[in-house]
Amino acid sequence: MKDYILRRLLYMVPTVLAISVMAFTIIRLPPGDYLTTVIAELSASGAPVDSGTIAALKDRYGLGDPAYLQYLKWISRILLHGDFGLSFEKNVPVNALIWDRLGATFGISILTLLFIWAFAFPIGIFSAVRKYSMGDYAVTFFGFLGLATPNFLLALMLMYVSVRYFGQSVGGLVSPDMIDAPWSGAKFVDLLAHIWLPVFVIGTSGMAALIRIMRANLLDELYRPYVVTARAKGMSEFSLLLRYPVRVALNPFLSTVGWMLPTLVSGEIIVSVVLSLPTTGPMLLRALLSQDMYLAGSIIMIASLMTVLGTLLSDILLAWVDPRIRYQ
Amino acid sequence: MSVTVEEYVEPPLVLAGQWMLFWLKFRRHRVAVAGGVIILLLYVIAAFAEFLAPLPPDLPNTRYTYAPPQALHLFADGGFAPHVLGYKVQVDPVAMRRVFVEDPGNRFPVRFFAEGPAYELWGLIPLRTHLIGVDKPGQPLFLLGADRLGRDLLSRVLYATRISLSIGLVGVTISLSLGVLLGGLSGYFGGTIDTVIQRVIEFVRSVPTIPLWMGMAAAIPTAWPPLRTYFIITVIISLIGWTSLAREVRGKFLVLRNEDFITAARLDGLSDLAIIYTHMVPSFLSHIIAAVTLAIPGMILAETALSFLGIGLQPPIVSWGVLLQESQNIRAVASAPWLLFAPGAAVVTSVLALNFLGDGLRDAADPYV
Repeated sequence: MKDYILRRLLYMVPTVLAISVMAFTIIRLPPGDYLTTVIAELSASGAPVDSGTIAALKDRYGLGDPAYLQYLKWISRILLHGDFGLSFEKNVPVNALIWDRLGATFGISILTLLFIWAFAFPIGIFSAVRKYSMGDYAVTFFGFLGLATPNFLLALMLMYVSVRYFGQSVGGLVSPDMIDAPWSGAKFVDLLAHIWLPVFVIGTSGMAALIRIMRANLLDELYRPYVVTARAKGMSEFSLLLRYPVRVALNPFLSTVGWMLPTLVSGEIIVSVVLSLPTTGPMLLRALLSQDMYLAGSIIMIASLMTVLGTLLSDILLAWVDPRIRYQ
Repeated sequence: MSVTVEEYVEPPLVLAGQWMLFWLKFRRHRVAVAGGVIILLLYVIAAFAEFLAPLPPDLPNTRYTYAPPQALHLFADGGFAPHVLGYKVQVDPVAMRRVFVEDPGNRFPVRFFAEGPAYELWGLIPLRTHLIGVDKPGQPLFLLGADRLGRDLLSRVLYATRISLSIGLVGVTISLSLGVLLGGLSGYFGGTIDTVIQRVIEFVRSVPTIPLWMGMAAAIPTAWPPLRTYFIITVIISLIGWTSLAREVRGKFLVLRNEDFITAARLDGLSDLAIIYTHMVPSFLSHIIAAVTLAIPGMILAETALSFLGIGLQPPIVSWGVLLQESQNIRAVASAPWLLFAPGAAVVTSVLALNFLGDGLRDAADPYV
């Protein structure tokens, strides 16, 4: 087990390096250098731009240096001081802005993952055991529909329905009058009343995929001789199902976290723009549109890093459950 | 095929070639065949959008801003006479805004192959004939409603089909070239090359795609000509979409590499390239076609998402995502839901049909199902 974790951690080093390079590339992508943007913004705000400020900024971001030196300067600031640079639009450190939002993004993503599991598991089993029944066809139909409907489209449709027929808007994570209230039981209830919608919207496509996987896995097992034997020996249908075929079918099911997490984080980011949730989505979009690149690049980098980390954790969990993976 | 069903004789299975077997198996999958027909129709729409659309996509009409969809009445005065009814404007006393209601006294006949605004089919052939149209320019014909500038939504959705579906095709072509090249190298040679390429694929797959796409797409200068934006967006989307195709190709190469007929070809002194092209590619081509079909929906959805956020294609171009951009404002959607549902239905239909088609193709390509 220790070897496995060590190997996985080693594997992660190039991935993390590649993510940081990618984020830095995105920061540098917009044409023109950011100092010009800053100076333009400073002078637009009416403040006189003195050459000392410019020189300090130049030095801080290593402007005029070759790209790799800029990268080194940028990454060492992050590693040594936890300094992600400045958000040019708001003129505050990126650090002060992003952590709450990233927390919310990952909170919602993980909640969605749990929601998907809680529902995909029984529905998948049902749909395999009652193969070609009306229920199975209904599940398959809604599954395909869920796969084909983009998250944000579903969010918009649900918003339309709730505005049109229930006369209330459903955006946000808490009601508008609760946003600044301190945490209390009432606020928590209010949060629960709002959070199910993004969780449901983000979860649909992943759930559809997972139901299909569970159904296919279980169908492979259901007609094996060992099942027939157990049935012939008089085992009750329900405990037979849960004790043997479901356990075998469960493993591929668990290993889906690996590709699920990136998809969920992606989905969360675009859905939160539509539902105006206080997560990374709207902030990233605004940062990109106003070319506030340090903010945007940091969000992309940390969201990717956290996703990779989450995948790592789930892999370790899986190896702990399944010895075959450990000894591969 | 030109043979009709009656005179069609089932060929003996022993003699049927691999494509014949493929077709026979595919045909049994009804839903997939239906999906295929829908996709074919959609591409016909994409090809003849100018002719099928009653109006040019960017023709504004200030009298009919946010006009709701008209019903197409087929019969009048006891005979077949397709027509639409004009609009009457009323003021809603509660919401204090204009609402359009049907005006039964004002009937506009709808003609087939009507003369309408001039256009150039494929930018080459100047024509005036549209599939449907009204008698005089300026008469309202908004079968799917109008947008905030009074442009006909039906025409816009039809034109958008061309852009959205072609992005899927062009994107998948780029993805496929990358995927076949890298997946092929990886699977055929194995060893270090394989490890490196697999690590790259794992890296790309482990990163959430939407923020990455957003980061790259946002760097495109807004001043760029539409065509260049279109291509860059397509390239950005396919740069991330190639991994699943690469995996598919690699898997097939790994399986085939150890087959007897490949070993025989190698012992006969055939070069690597010749083995790949004459022996390996034909035996997994059907799988690749299935994988490609299943990859197109992802491309369409990616473009739609980016354009919806306002960092993909920009307004002079019309794609489904660009159309959906107008429904970003939920208040606009509440008063004009057709802005959301018409392009939304187009996206869902095409993705659903492609998924069904791809599923059927995959099953048909697999000899063990």
